Amino acid sequence: MSKLLEVGKLCAWYGATQVLYDVDFSLEAGHITAILGANGAGKTTTLRALCQVVKTSGSVVLDGTQVVGKSTESVVRMGVAHVPDGRGTFTGLSVEENLRLGAYARGNKAEMLEDMERMFTRFPILKQRRHQQAGTLSGGEQQMLAISRALMLRPKLLLLDEPSFGLAPLIVAEIFRIMRTINKEDHVSMLLVEQNASLALDLADHAYLLETGRVALSGPSDTIKNDESVRRAYLGY
Amino acid sequence: MEALLYQIFSGLANGIIYGSVALALVMIYQATHHINFAQGEMATFSTFIAWWLIQSGWPYWGAFFFTVAVSFAGGLLVQRIILKPIEKAPVMTNVIVFIGLLLIFNAFSGWFFDHTIKSFDSPFPKDSALTTKYFSAHQFGSAGVLLLVLIGLFAFFKFTPIGLAMRAAAQNPDSARLVGIRVSWMLGLGWGLAAAIGAIAGMMVAPIVFLDPNMMAGILLYGFAAALLGGIDNPLGAVIGGFIVGVLENLLGAYVIGTELKLTVALVLIVATLTLKPAGLFGKKVVVRV
Repeated sequence: MSKLLEVGKLCAWYGATQVLYDVDFSLEAGHITAILGANGAGKTTTLRALCQVVKTSGSVVLDGTQVVGKSTESVVRMGVAHVPDGRGTFTGLSVEENLRLGAYARGNKAEMLEDMERMFTRFPILKQRRHQQAGTLSGGEQQMLAISRALMLRPKLLLLDEPSFGLAPLIVAEIFRIMRTINKEDHVSMLLVEQNASLALDLADHAYLLETGRVALSGPSDTIKNDESVRRAYLGY
Repeated sequence: MEALLYQIFSGLANGIIYGSVALALVMIYQATHHINFAQGEMATFSTFIAWWLIQSGWPYWGAFFFTVAVSFAGGLLVQRIILKPIEKAPVMTNVIVFIGLLLIFNAFSGWFFDHTIKSFDSPFPKDSALTTKYFSAHQFGSAGVLLLVLIGLFAFFKFTPIGLAMRAAAQNPDSARLVGIRVSWMLGLGWGLAAAIGAIAGMMVAPIVFLDPNMMAGILLYGFAAALLGGIDNPLGAVIGGFIVGVLENLLGAYVIGTELKLTVALVLIVATLTLKPAGLFGKKVVVRV
Protein backbone atom coordinates (compact mmCIF):
# COMPACT_ATOMS: atom_id res chain seq x y z
CA MET A 1 0.00 0.00 0.00
CA SER A 2 1.36 3.41 -0.94
CA LYS A 3 1.10 6.41 1.32
CA LEU A 4 -1.19 9.10 -0.05
CA LEU A 5 -0.32 11.65 2.60
CA GLU A 6 2.58 11.88 5.00
CA VAL A 7 2.53 14.40 7.77
CA GLY A 8 5.62 15.10 9.83
CA LYS A 9 6.18 17.44 12.76
CA LEU A 10 3.07 19.42 11.90
CA CYS A 11 2.52 22.49 14.07
CA ALA A 12 -0.28 25.01 13.69
CA TRP A 13 -1.10 28.38 15.24
CA TYR A 14 -4.06 30.70 15.58
CA GLY A 15 -2.33 34.03 15.92
CA ALA A 16 0.21 33.51 18.68
CA THR A 17 -1.51 30.47 20.15
CA GLN A 18 -0.02 27.14 19.16
CA VAL A 19 -2.65 24.43 18.74
CA LEU A 20 -0.78 21.51 17.16
CA TYR A 21 2.55 20.21 18.45
CA ASP A 22 4.66 18.01 16.15
CA VAL A 23 1.82 15.87 14.87
CA ASP A 24 2.91 12.88 12.79
CA PHE A 25 0.59 10.65 10.83
CA SER A 26 0.10 9.15 7.41
CA LEU A 27 -2.81 8.08 5.24
CA GLU A 28 -3.01 5.01 3.02
CA ALA A 29 -4.48 5.55 -0.43
CA GLY A 30 -8.03 4.27 -0.62
CA HIS A 31 -8.50 4.08 3.14
CA ILE A 32 -10.73 5.92 5.55
CA THR A 33 -8.80 7.37 8.46
CA ALA A 34 -10.38 8.92 11.51
CA ILE A 35 -9.05 11.54 13.88
CA LEU A 36 -10.63 11.31 17.30
CA GLY A 37 -10.34 13.50 20.33
CA ALA A 38 -12.15 15.73 22.78
CA ASN A 39 -13.17 19.34 22.23
CA GLY A 40 -10.12 21.50 21.65
CA ALA A 41 -7.78 18.59 20.96
CA GLY A 42 -6.89 20.06 17.55
CA LYS A 43 -8.93 17.85 15.22
CA THR A 44 -10.43 20.63 13.13
CA THR A 45 -7.13 22.47 13.18
CA THR A 46 -5.39 19.42 11.75
CA LEU A 47 -7.72 19.48 8.73
CA ARG A 48 -7.29 23.23 8.40
CA ALA A 49 -3.53 22.83 8.57
CA LEU A 50 -3.59 20.26 5.76
CA CYS A 51 -5.45 22.81 3.59
CA GLN A 52 -3.14 25.64 4.67
CA VAL A 53 -6.02 27.66 6.07
CA VAL A 54 -4.09 28.25 9.31
CA LYS A 55 -0.45 29.15 9.90
CA THR A 56 1.54 25.92 9.86
CA SER A 57 5.04 24.55 9.98
CA GLY A 58 6.38 21.06 9.43
CA SER A 59 5.82 18.84 6.47
CA VAL A 60 2.70 17.65 4.66
CA VAL A 61 3.51 15.58 1.58
CA LEU A 62 0.64 14.68 -0.72
CA ASP A 63 1.53 12.18 -3.42
CA GLY A 64 5.16 13.24 -3.28
CA THR A 65 4.50 17.00 -3.30
CA GLN A 66 5.12 19.30 -0.35
CA VAL A 67 1.95 21.19 0.59
CA VAL A 68 3.19 23.44 3.42
CA GLY A 69 3.74 26.96 2.09
CA LYS A 70 1.24 26.67 -0.73
CA SER A 71 -1.99 28.68 -0.84
CA THR A 72 -5.27 27.01 0.08
CA GLU A 73 -6.44 27.36 -3.51
CA SER A 74 -3.38 25.52 -4.78
CA VAL A 75 -3.79 22.69 -2.27
CA VAL A 76 -7.40 22.29 -3.42
CA ARG A 77 -6.25 22.22 -7.02
CA MET A 78 -3.92 19.34 -6.08
CA GLY A 79 -7.01 17.30 -5.28
CA VAL A 80 -7.78 17.91 -1.63
CA ALA A 81 -11.48 18.55 -1.02
CA HIS A 82 -12.46 19.89 2.37
CA VAL A 83 -15.93 19.74 3.91
CA PRO A 84 -15.36 22.25 6.71
CA ASP A 85 -17.19 22.44 10.03
CA GLY A 86 -20.38 24.37 9.41
CA ARG A 87 -20.37 22.71 5.97
CA GLY A 88 -19.21 25.79 4.06
CA THR A 89 -22.36 25.95 1.97
CA PHE A 90 -22.83 28.98 -0.28
CA THR A 91 -26.20 29.66 1.29
CA GLY A 92 -27.22 32.42 -1.12
CA LEU A 93 -26.58 30.32 -4.23
CA SER A 94 -28.69 27.50 -5.62
CA VAL A 95 -27.94 23.82 -5.04
CA GLU A 96 -26.84 23.47 -8.64
CA GLU A 97 -24.54 26.50 -8.41
CA ASN A 98 -22.96 25.02 -5.27
CA LEU A 99 -22.22 21.83 -7.17
CA ARG A 100 -20.85 23.75 -10.15
CA LEU A 101 -18.50 25.58 -7.79
CA GLY A 102 -17.25 22.24 -6.47
CA ALA A 103 -15.87 21.47 -9.93
CA TYR A 104 -14.63 25.05 -10.49
CA ALA A 105 -10.96 24.19 -10.00
CA ARG A 106 -11.15 21.43 -12.63
CA GLY A 107 -12.62 23.66 -15.31
CA ASN A 108 -14.01 20.83 -17.41
CA LYS A 109 -17.64 21.46 -18.21
CA ALA A 110 -18.51 18.07 -19.71
CA GLU A 111 -17.11 16.18 -16.71
CA MET A 112 -18.79 18.66 -14.38
CA LEU A 113 -22.22 17.94 -15.87
CA GLU A 114 -21.54 14.21 -15.80
CA ASP A 115 -20.49 14.35 -12.13
CA MET A 116 -23.50 16.46 -11.26
CA GLU A 117 -25.79 13.76 -12.64
CA ARG A 118 -23.92 11.17 -10.57
CA MET A 119 -24.44 13.25 -7.43
CA PHE A 120 -28.14 13.54 -8.27
CA THR A 121 -28.35 9.75 -8.60
CA ARG A 122 -26.62 9.31 -5.28
CA PHE A 123 -28.61 12.02 -3.50
CA PRO A 124 -31.98 12.22 -5.29
CA ILE A 125 -33.18 14.86 -2.83
CA LEU A 126 -30.59 17.27 -4.23
CA LYS A 127 -32.03 16.83 -7.70
CA GLN A 128 -35.46 17.80 -6.44
CA ARG A 129 -33.96 20.86 -4.83
CA ARG A 130 -31.49 21.77 -7.56
CA HIS A 131 -32.86 25.27 -8.21
CA GLN A 132 -33.57 25.99 -4.57
CA GLN A 133 -31.41 28.36 -2.56
CA ALA A 134 -28.95 26.18 -0.61
CA GLY A 135 -29.56 28.05 2.66
CA THR A 136 -33.15 26.81 2.71
CA LEU A 137 -32.12 23.14 2.84
CA SER A 138 -32.38 21.13 6.03
CA GLY A 139 -29.21 20.29 7.94
CA GLY A 140 -29.00 16.77 6.54
CA GLU A 141 -29.59 17.98 2.99
CA GLN A 142 -26.91 20.62 3.43
CA GLN A 143 -24.47 17.97 4.63
CA MET A 144 -25.25 15.87 1.56
CA LEU A 145 -24.75 18.95 -0.59
CA ALA A 146 -21.43 19.68 1.12
CA ILE A 147 -20.17 16.13 0.50
CA SER A 148 -21.39 16.23 -3.11
CA ARG A 149 -19.75 19.59 -3.66
CA ALA A 150 -16.46 18.21 -2.37
CA LEU A 151 -16.75 15.12 -4.58
CA MET A 152 -17.30 17.32 -7.65
CA LEU A 153 -13.57 18.03 -7.43
CA ARG A 154 -12.88 14.30 -8.03
CA PRO A 155 -10.55 14.57 -5.04
CA LYS A 156 -7.62 12.34 -4.21
CA LEU A 157 -8.34 13.06 -0.58
CA LEU A 158 -11.59 14.07 1.05
CA LEU A 159 -11.37 15.87 4.39
CA LEU A 160 -14.56 15.65 6.44
CA ASP A 161 -15.06 17.75 9.55
CA GLU A 162 -17.75 16.32 11.84
CA PRO A 163 -20.25 15.20 9.22
CA SER A 164 -22.56 14.01 12.00
CA PHE A 165 -22.70 17.37 13.77
CA GLY A 166 -26.20 18.55 14.63
CA LEU A 167 -27.99 15.87 12.65
CA ALA A 168 -30.62 13.33 13.68
CA PRO A 169 -29.24 9.79 14.22
CA LEU A 170 -31.16 8.38 11.25
CA ILE A 171 -29.70 11.01 8.91
CA VAL A 172 -26.24 10.40 10.34
CA ALA A 173 -26.54 6.67 9.64
CA GLU A 174 -27.62 7.46 6.07
CA ILE A 175 -24.71 9.82 5.50
CA PHE A 176 -22.17 7.37 6.93
CA ARG A 177 -23.59 4.60 4.75
CA ILE A 178 -23.15 6.80 1.67
CA MET A 179 -19.61 7.72 2.70
CA ARG A 180 -18.74 4.04 2.89
CA THR A 181 -20.19 3.50 -0.61
CA ILE A 182 -18.24 6.42 -2.00
CA ASN A 183 -15.05 5.06 -0.52
CA LYS A 184 -15.65 1.56 -1.88
CA GLU A 185 -16.97 2.52 -5.33
CA ASP A 186 -15.04 5.68 -6.18
CA HIS A 187 -11.91 4.78 -4.17
CA VAL A 188 -11.82 8.22 -2.58
CA SER A 189 -9.45 8.34 0.39
CA MET A 190 -10.97 10.07 3.39
CA LEU A 191 -9.76 11.74 6.51
CA LEU A 192 -12.59 12.02 8.97
CA VAL A 193 -12.78 14.12 12.10
CA GLU A 194 -15.46 13.02 14.54
CA GLN A 195 -16.51 13.54 18.12
CA ASN A 196 -18.75 10.54 17.84
CA ALA A 197 -15.95 8.03 18.28
CA SER A 198 -17.89 4.78 17.96
CA LEU A 199 -19.47 5.95 14.71
CA ALA A 200 -16.10 6.98 13.30
CA LEU A 201 -14.36 3.78 14.37
CA ASP A 202 -17.04 1.68 12.67
CA LEU A 203 -16.41 3.46 9.39
CA ALA A 204 -12.66 3.99 9.48
CA ASP A 205 -9.85 1.55 8.72
CA HIS A 206 -7.36 3.39 10.84
CA ALA A 207 -7.57 5.96 13.61
CA TYR A 208 -5.50 8.54 15.43
CA LEU A 209 -6.32 9.92 18.82
CA LEU A 210 -5.39 13.55 19.48
CA GLU A 211 -4.96 14.97 22.95
CA THR A 212 -4.18 18.69 23.38
CA GLY A 213 -2.55 18.99 20.00
CA ARG A 214 -0.46 15.81 20.12
CA VAL A 215 -1.03 12.31 18.78
CA ALA A 216 -1.74 10.17 21.84
CA LEU A 217 -2.53 6.88 20.17
CA SER A 218 -2.77 5.39 16.71
CA GLY A 219 -3.60 2.08 15.13
CA PRO A 220 -6.16 0.11 13.16
CA SER A 221 -9.74 0.95 14.16
CA ASP A 222 -10.33 -2.44 15.76
CA THR A 223 -7.31 -2.11 18.03
CA ILE A 224 -8.27 1.40 19.05
CA LYS A 225 -11.83 0.31 19.69
CA ASN A 226 -10.62 -2.27 22.17
CA ASP A 227 -8.15 -0.02 23.90
CA GLU A 228 -9.13 0.23 27.52
CA SER A 229 -8.53 3.97 27.95
CA VAL A 230 -10.23 4.93 24.68
CA ARG A 231 -13.22 2.83 25.59
CA ARG A 232 -13.64 4.54 28.91
CA ALA A 233 -12.89 8.09 27.75
CA TYR A 234 -14.47 8.24 24.31
CA LEU A 235 -16.80 5.32 23.82
CA GLY A 236 -18.39 5.38 27.23
CA TYR A 237 -18.53 1.73 28.22
CA MET B 1 -48.71 69.32 -17.53
CA GLU B 2 -46.21 69.93 -20.28
CA ALA B 3 -43.66 71.21 -17.77
CA LEU B 4 -44.29 68.35 -15.38
CA LEU B 5 -43.71 65.78 -18.11
CA TYR B 6 -40.56 67.60 -19.08
CA GLN B 7 -39.29 67.47 -15.52
CA ILE B 8 -40.06 63.76 -15.23
CA PHE B 9 -38.32 62.86 -18.46
CA SER B 10 -35.26 64.90 -17.75
CA GLY B 11 -35.21 63.27 -14.30
CA LEU B 12 -35.26 59.86 -15.95
CA ALA B 13 -32.39 60.95 -18.17
CA ASN B 14 -30.33 61.96 -15.13
CA GLY B 15 -31.41 58.73 -13.51
CA ILE B 16 -29.60 56.79 -16.23
CA ILE B 17 -26.34 58.40 -15.18
CA TYR B 18 -26.96 58.00 -11.45
CA GLY B 19 -27.91 54.40 -12.11
CA SER B 20 -24.64 53.65 -13.90
CA VAL B 21 -22.57 55.20 -11.12
CA ALA B 22 -24.63 53.30 -8.56
CA LEU B 23 -24.05 50.11 -10.53
CA ALA B 24 -20.30 50.59 -10.34
CA LEU B 25 -20.54 51.17 -6.58
CA VAL B 26 -22.65 48.04 -6.15
CA MET B 27 -20.12 46.00 -8.13
CA ILE B 28 -17.31 46.86 -5.74
CA TYR B 29 -19.57 46.54 -2.72
CA GLN B 30 -20.63 43.06 -3.79
CA ALA B 31 -17.07 41.94 -4.28
CA THR B 32 -15.42 43.61 -1.29
CA HIS B 33 -18.12 44.97 1.04
CA HIS B 34 -16.58 48.41 0.76
CA ILE B 35 -17.94 51.55 -0.86
CA ASN B 36 -15.38 53.08 -3.16
CA PHE B 37 -15.33 56.82 -2.62
CA ALA B 38 -12.88 57.20 -5.48
CA GLN B 39 -15.34 55.74 -7.99
CA GLY B 40 -16.34 59.14 -9.39
CA GLU B 41 -12.81 60.48 -9.78
CA MET B 42 -11.66 57.24 -11.42
CA ALA B 43 -14.53 57.61 -13.89
CA THR B 44 -13.58 61.22 -14.58
CA PHE B 45 -9.99 60.23 -15.25
CA SER B 46 -11.19 57.51 -17.65
CA THR B 47 -13.37 60.06 -19.44
CA PHE B 48 -10.34 62.31 -19.85
CA ILE B 49 -8.49 59.42 -21.50
CA ALA B 50 -11.37 59.01 -23.94
CA TRP B 51 -11.42 62.78 -24.57
CA TRP B 52 -7.68 62.80 -25.24
CA LEU B 53 -7.95 59.85 -27.65
CA ILE B 54 -10.77 61.55 -29.56
CA GLN B 55 -8.75 64.78 -29.70
CA SER B 56 -5.86 62.80 -31.18
CA GLY B 57 -8.10 61.67 -33.98
CA TRP B 58 -9.50 58.35 -32.79
CA PRO B 59 -13.05 57.51 -33.89
CA TYR B 60 -15.55 57.78 -31.02
CA TRP B 61 -16.35 54.10 -30.57
CA GLY B 62 -12.72 53.10 -30.92
CA ALA B 63 -11.85 55.51 -28.12
CA PHE B 64 -14.87 54.30 -26.11
CA PHE B 65 -13.94 50.63 -26.11
CA PHE B 66 -10.24 51.32 -25.65
CA THR B 67 -11.04 53.50 -22.64
CA VAL B 68 -13.26 50.79 -21.17
CA ALA B 69 -10.45 48.27 -21.58
CA VAL B 70 -7.82 50.61 -20.10
CA SER B 71 -10.13 51.41 -17.18
CA PHE B 72 -10.70 47.72 -16.52
CA ALA B 73 -6.95 47.15 -16.43
CA GLY B 74 -6.50 50.26 -14.29
CA GLY B 75 -9.11 49.15 -11.76
CA LEU B 76 -7.52 45.72 -11.58
CA LEU B 77 -4.08 47.26 -11.02
CA VAL B 78 -5.34 49.62 -8.31
CA GLN B 79 -6.73 46.61 -6.43
CA ARG B 80 -3.63 44.46 -6.97
CA ILE B 81 -1.10 47.12 -6.03
CA ILE B 82 -2.82 49.40 -3.52
CA LEU B 83 -5.68 47.45 -1.95
CA LYS B 84 -4.33 43.92 -1.82
CA PRO B 85 -1.87 44.71 0.97
CA ILE B 86 -4.73 46.03 3.14
CA GLU B 87 -7.26 43.30 2.29
CA LYS B 88 -7.43 42.19 5.90
CA ALA B 89 -7.14 45.66 7.42
CA PRO B 90 -10.06 47.29 9.26
CA VAL B 91 -12.74 49.19 7.33
CA MET B 92 -11.34 52.58 8.33
CA THR B 93 -7.99 51.83 6.72
CA ASN B 94 -9.78 51.08 3.49
CA VAL B 95 -11.93 54.20 3.71
CA ILE B 96 -8.85 56.37 4.16
CA VAL B 97 -7.15 54.71 1.19
CA PHE B 98 -10.30 55.32 -0.89
CA ILE B 99 -10.22 59.00 0.01
CA GLY B 100 -6.54 59.10 -0.86
CA LEU B 101 -7.33 57.54 -4.23
CA LEU B 102 -10.06 60.14 -4.75
CA LEU B 103 -7.55 62.96 -4.25
CA ILE B 104 -4.90 61.25 -6.37
CA PHE B 105 -7.17 60.67 -9.35
CA ASN B 106 -8.65 64.16 -9.05
CA ALA B 107 -5.15 65.64 -9.05
CA PHE B 108 -4.05 63.44 -11.95
CA SER B 109 -7.00 64.61 -14.05
CA GLY B 110 -6.05 68.23 -13.45
CA TRP B 111 -2.33 67.62 -13.86
CA PHE B 112 -2.48 65.68 -17.13
CA PHE B 113 -5.44 67.37 -18.75
CA ASP B 114 -5.62 70.77 -16.90
CA HIS B 115 -8.60 72.34 -15.21
CA THR B 116 -10.31 74.09 -18.11
CA ILE B 117 -13.81 72.91 -18.88
CA LYS B 118 -13.94 70.82 -22.03
CA SER B 119 -16.83 69.82 -24.23
CA PHE B 120 -17.25 66.14 -24.95
CA ASP B 121 -19.26 65.16 -27.99
CA SER B 122 -22.09 62.70 -27.85
CA PRO B 123 -21.74 59.69 -30.13
CA PHE B 124 -25.44 59.87 -30.89
CA PRO B 125 -26.67 62.21 -33.68
CA LYS B 126 -28.39 65.42 -32.56
CA ASP B 127 -31.31 65.03 -34.90
CA SER B 128 -32.73 61.59 -35.35
CA ALA B 129 -36.05 59.83 -35.41
CA LEU B 130 -35.63 59.11 -31.71
CA THR B 131 -35.33 62.75 -30.70
CA THR B 132 -38.54 63.91 -29.08
CA LYS B 133 -39.61 66.93 -27.14
CA TYR B 134 -38.71 65.30 -23.86
CA PHE B 135 -35.86 63.00 -24.67
CA SER B 136 -32.77 63.75 -26.71
CA ALA B 137 -31.03 61.17 -28.85
CA HIS B 138 -28.14 61.21 -26.39
CA GLN B 139 -30.45 60.33 -23.53
CA PHE B 140 -31.97 57.48 -25.53
CA GLY B 141 -28.50 56.36 -26.50
CA SER B 142 -27.15 56.35 -22.95
CA ALA B 143 -30.24 54.51 -21.74
CA GLY B 144 -29.52 51.88 -24.39
CA VAL B 145 -25.87 51.63 -23.35
CA LEU B 146 -26.84 51.24 -19.68
CA LEU B 147 -29.36 48.56 -20.58
CA LEU B 148 -26.70 46.66 -22.55
CA VAL B 149 -24.28 46.90 -19.60
CA LEU B 150 -26.95 45.58 -17.24
CA ILE B 151 -27.82 42.65 -19.51
CA GLY B 152 -24.14 41.92 -20.02
CA LEU B 153 -23.45 41.93 -16.29
CA PHE B 154 -26.45 39.78 -15.55
CA ALA B 155 -25.38 37.20 -18.13
CA PHE B 156 -21.80 37.30 -16.88
CA PHE B 157 -22.76 36.64 -13.26
CA LYS B 158 -25.46 34.13 -14.05
CA PHE B 159 -23.94 32.01 -16.80
CA THR B 160 -20.14 32.12 -16.72
CA PRO B 161 -17.96 30.10 -14.30
CA ILE B 162 -15.93 33.22 -13.43
CA GLY B 163 -19.09 35.17 -12.69
CA LEU B 164 -20.29 32.39 -10.42
CA ALA B 165 -16.87 32.25 -8.75
CA MET B 166 -17.01 36.01 -8.13
CA ARG B 167 -20.39 35.70 -6.46
CA ALA B 168 -19.15 32.79 -4.36
CA ALA B 169 -16.01 34.69 -3.35
CA ALA B 170 -18.08 37.70 -2.30
CA GLN B 171 -20.53 35.62 -0.30
CA ASN B 172 -18.26 33.25 1.48
CA PRO B 173 -14.54 33.83 0.87
CA ASP B 174 -13.42 30.98 3.12
CA SER B 175 -15.53 28.38 1.35
CA ALA B 176 -14.59 29.88 -1.99
CA ARG B 177 -10.91 29.19 -1.25
CA LEU B 178 -11.83 25.63 -0.35
CA VAL B 179 -13.23 25.02 -3.84
CA GLY B 180 -10.07 26.47 -5.36
CA ILE B 181 -11.26 30.00 -6.22
CA ARG B 182 -8.47 32.58 -6.10
CA VAL B 183 -10.49 35.02 -4.02
CA SER B 184 -8.01 37.85 -4.14
CA TRP B 185 -8.08 37.86 -7.94
CA MET B 186 -11.86 37.89 -7.88
CA LEU B 187 -11.67 41.14 -5.91
CA GLY B 188 -9.33 42.48 -8.56
CA LEU B 189 -11.80 41.52 -11.28
CA GLY B 190 -14.56 43.26 -9.33
CA TRP B 191 -12.48 46.45 -9.25
CA GLY B 192 -11.76 46.14 -12.95
CA LEU B 193 -15.42 45.72 -13.81
CA ALA B 194 -16.42 48.62 -11.59
CA ALA B 195 -13.81 50.89 -13.15
CA ALA B 196 -15.02 49.88 -16.61
CA ILE B 197 -18.64 50.63 -15.73
CA GLY B 198 -17.57 53.92 -14.15
CA ALA B 199 -15.76 54.83 -17.37
CA ILE B 200 -18.93 54.16 -19.36
CA ALA B 201 -20.93 56.33 -16.96
CA GLY B 202 -18.35 59.09 -17.26
CA MET B 203 -18.40 59.07 -21.04
CA MET B 204 -22.19 59.16 -21.03
CA VAL B 205 -22.40 62.03 -18.56
CA ALA B 206 -19.65 64.19 -20.06
CA PRO B 207 -21.70 65.44 -23.07
CA ILE B 208 -24.37 66.69 -20.64
CA VAL B 209 -22.33 68.35 -17.88
CA PHE B 210 -19.02 69.09 -19.68
CA LEU B 211 -15.72 67.58 -18.70
CA ASP B 212 -13.57 68.90 -15.87
CA PRO B 213 -11.70 67.18 -13.01
CA ASN B 214 -14.63 67.66 -10.63
CA MET B 215 -17.26 66.46 -13.08
CA MET B 216 -18.34 63.44 -11.04
CA ALA B 217 -18.19 64.94 -7.56
CA GLY B 218 -21.89 65.81 -7.33
CA ILE B 219 -22.96 62.89 -9.46
CA LEU B 220 -21.23 60.45 -7.12
CA LEU B 221 -23.44 61.69 -4.28
CA TYR B 222 -26.53 60.98 -6.35
CA GLY B 223 -24.98 57.63 -7.21
CA PHE B 224 -24.57 56.85 -3.50
CA ALA B 225 -28.18 57.80 -2.88
CA ALA B 226 -29.32 55.61 -5.78
CA ALA B 227 -27.25 52.62 -4.68
CA LEU B 228 -28.42 52.85 -1.07
CA LEU B 229 -32.05 53.42 -2.01
CA GLY B 230 -32.07 50.48 -4.41
CA GLY B 231 -30.17 48.22 -2.04
CA ILE B 232 -26.39 48.25 -2.04
CA ASP B 233 -26.18 44.55 -2.93
CA ASN B 234 -28.62 44.58 -5.84
CA PRO B 235 -27.43 45.73 -9.31
CA LEU B 236 -30.94 46.07 -10.73
CA GLY B 237 -32.02 47.88 -7.57
CA ALA B 238 -29.17 50.34 -8.07
CA VAL B 239 -30.43 51.21 -11.54
CA ILE B 240 -34.03 51.57 -10.40
CA GLY B 241 -32.75 53.65 -7.47
CA GLY B 242 -31.01 55.85 -10.04
CA PHE B 243 -34.28 56.56 -11.83
CA ILE B 244 -36.12 57.27 -8.59
CA VAL B 245 -33.42 59.66 -7.41
CA GLY B 246 -33.30 61.40 -10.80
CA VAL B 247 -37.04 62.00 -11.01
CA LEU B 248 -37.45 62.90 -7.34
CA GLU B 249 -34.59 65.36 -7.49
CA ASN B 250 -36.03 67.10 -10.55
CA LEU B 251 -39.61 67.27 -9.29
CA LEU B 252 -38.65 68.51 -5.83
CA GLY B 253 -36.21 70.94 -7.38
CA ALA B 254 -38.78 72.36 -9.77
CA TYR B 255 -41.83 72.52 -7.55
CA VAL B 256 -40.91 72.32 -3.89
CA ILE B 257 -37.47 73.32 -2.75
CA GLY B 258 -35.97 75.15 -5.72
CA THR B 259 -33.01 74.14 -7.86
CA GLU B 260 -30.37 75.41 -5.44
CA LEU B 261 -31.25 72.76 -2.91
CA LYS B 262 -31.35 69.83 -5.34
CA LEU B 263 -28.25 68.17 -3.93
CA THR B 264 -29.95 68.13 -0.54
CA VAL B 265 -32.41 65.62 -1.97
CA ALA B 266 -29.59 63.13 -2.41
CA LEU B 267 -28.27 63.71 1.09
CA VAL B 268 -31.70 63.47 2.68
CA LEU B 269 -32.37 60.26 0.77
CA ILE B 270 -29.09 58.77 2.01
CA VAL B 271 -29.86 59.60 5.64
CA ALA B 272 -33.51 58.54 5.31
CA THR B 273 -32.65 55.20 3.71
CA LEU B 274 -29.99 54.39 6.27
CA THR B 275 -32.24 55.20 9.23
CA LEU B 276 -35.59 53.90 7.99
CA LYS B 277 -34.75 51.01 5.65
CA PRO B 278 -31.02 50.25 5.78
CA ALA B 279 -31.28 47.39 3.30
CA GLY B 280 -32.80 49.67 0.66
CA LEU B 281 -35.90 48.99 -1.40
CA PHE B 282 -34.65 45.86 -3.14
CA GLY B 283 -31.70 44.83 -0.99
CA LYS B 284 -31.43 41.70 1.06
CA LYS B 285 -31.73 42.21 4.77
CA VAL B 286 -28.52 40.97 6.31
CA VAL B 287 -28.90 39.25 9.63
CA VAL B 288 -25.72 38.47 11.50
CA ARG B 289 -25.67 35.79 14.13
CA VAL B 290 -23.81 36.94 17.24
